[in-house]
Amino acid sequence: MLRDIAFTLEPGEVAAFVGPSGCGKTTMLRIIAGLDRDYEGTVARQCDGAIGMVFQEPRLLPWRTVEENVRLIAPRASEGELAALFDTLELAPHRRHYPGQLSLGLARRTALARAFAVEASLLILDEPFVSLDDALAARLRGELIKLIDSRPVTTLLVTHDVEEAIGLADRLFLLSAGPARIIAELPIARRDAAATAGRVAAIKAEVARLTQTARGVSCGR
Amino acid sequence: MLRLLSIAILIGAWYAGSLVAGERMLPGPAAVLAAIVEEARSGALALSLAATLARVALAFSLAMAVGTALGLLMGRVKLADKLGDPWLVVLLNLPALVIIILAYVWGGLTEAAAIAAVAVNKLPNTIVTIREGARALDPALDEMAHVFAMPRAKAIRHVVMPQVAPYFAAAARSGLSLVWKIVLVVELLGRPNGVGFEMGIAFQLFDVTRIIAYALVFVAVMLTIETVLVQPLERRASRWRVRTA
Repeated sequence: MLRDIAFTLEPGEVAAFVGPSGCGKTTMLRIIAGLDRDYEGTVARQCDGAIGMVFQEPRLLPWRTVEENVRLIAPRASEGELAALFDTLELAPHRRHYPGQLSLGLARRTALARAFAVEASLLILDEPFVSLDDALAARLRGELIKLIDSRPVTTLLVTHDVEEAIGLADRLFLLSAGPARIIAELPIARRDAAATAGRVAAIKAEVARLTQTARGVSCGR
Repeated sequence: MLRLLSIAILIGAWYAGSLVAGERMLPGPAAVLAAIVEEARSGALALSLAATLARVALAFSLAMAVGTALGLLMGRVKLADKLGDPWLVVLLNLPALVIIILAYVWGGLTEAAAIAAVAVNKLPNTIVTIREGARALDPALDEMAHVFAMPRAKAIRHVVMPQVAPYFAAAARSGLSLVWKIVLVVELLGRPNGVGFEMGIAFQLFDVTRIIAYALVFVAVMLTIETVLVQPLERRASRWRVRTA
């Protein structure tokens, strides 16, 4: 599934992994999160750190309310912190709702709130905005940026959407098709340089070029 | 409305039957009602009911507690399942009467033996049902709890038990009706009080009126427990379920 993956992240850095569907991005995240033990190699994490993870499906407890879902995972979070979190993610009116009553967007937000409430030292996001309509996804990306900026945390984001990666990341890792390996590494420095349309287009072009080159190499041309 | 009509027809058929079969074989509703009132006045009804219900409560709690623990264990731990399954199959197929008689033979005609016999009778059904629930647990939620390092006790309480709840309810429902039927047999065979004991005396005296009187009162009590205790609990536990329109 994966081959020769090696990288190091700076604390507080947001790294986006972009690659085609099925190349093994989720497998890599699962290995890092400790859910998959069938691999060779080492994963080194800050020892005392909690992990906050947002899965592709919200994975909320259907029999607990939104607020209870977050509190169960983050029992030490104060009421003030939770209120601020719910406000940022526009969840305040839904605190007492059950997941069965939520739309997918709201459920995803609840999963985001849960991952942030933990005050993790590592945040893992597995295609958190896939299958949402563009407007909603853009809104949620904005909310995610607000959250990351207010409390910087080392973040690993996996997505198949290059633009999303450019909008969120400090560094972009390109993965090849399965068995995945890292084709290239692009510094994005989201916080330093504004994401103008021109800049985004330039990076996208670079990504496309690198992907083409990699495909050419693997086909033996 | 339809229910009341059906019950009225039942009572009507009963009355007709009593006329045809004769008071000795099938006493009519009036005679049975009189017997119930008489037993209630003398206090015998209350005492017998109390004794029987106490046994039901004890045996039921014991069987549910042990059965749930073992069912969860066997559903989650493959080794436990492989080791325990043959024992389970034997217990499931052992006739209730055999278990009761052996309990009295080995334990003497004691209360402990009686309760144990009833509990052991209900145990295998509970284990099988809860085991199915444990097998059906959602691995996605387990993984979520693992990544977030949820303490084990918390995970059991908030992630596992709610998933097992419907199976628990099913085991409780079928278990309750099974338990009180066996309690009556246990009382008949080796206890000096309780509804089963009274039935035994009435049988020896060929007092059909008393038999039916106690049977009706007992059914009424169990129905009341079902309505007043079990159904509200079930409704509360199902609050979060999304009802399809």
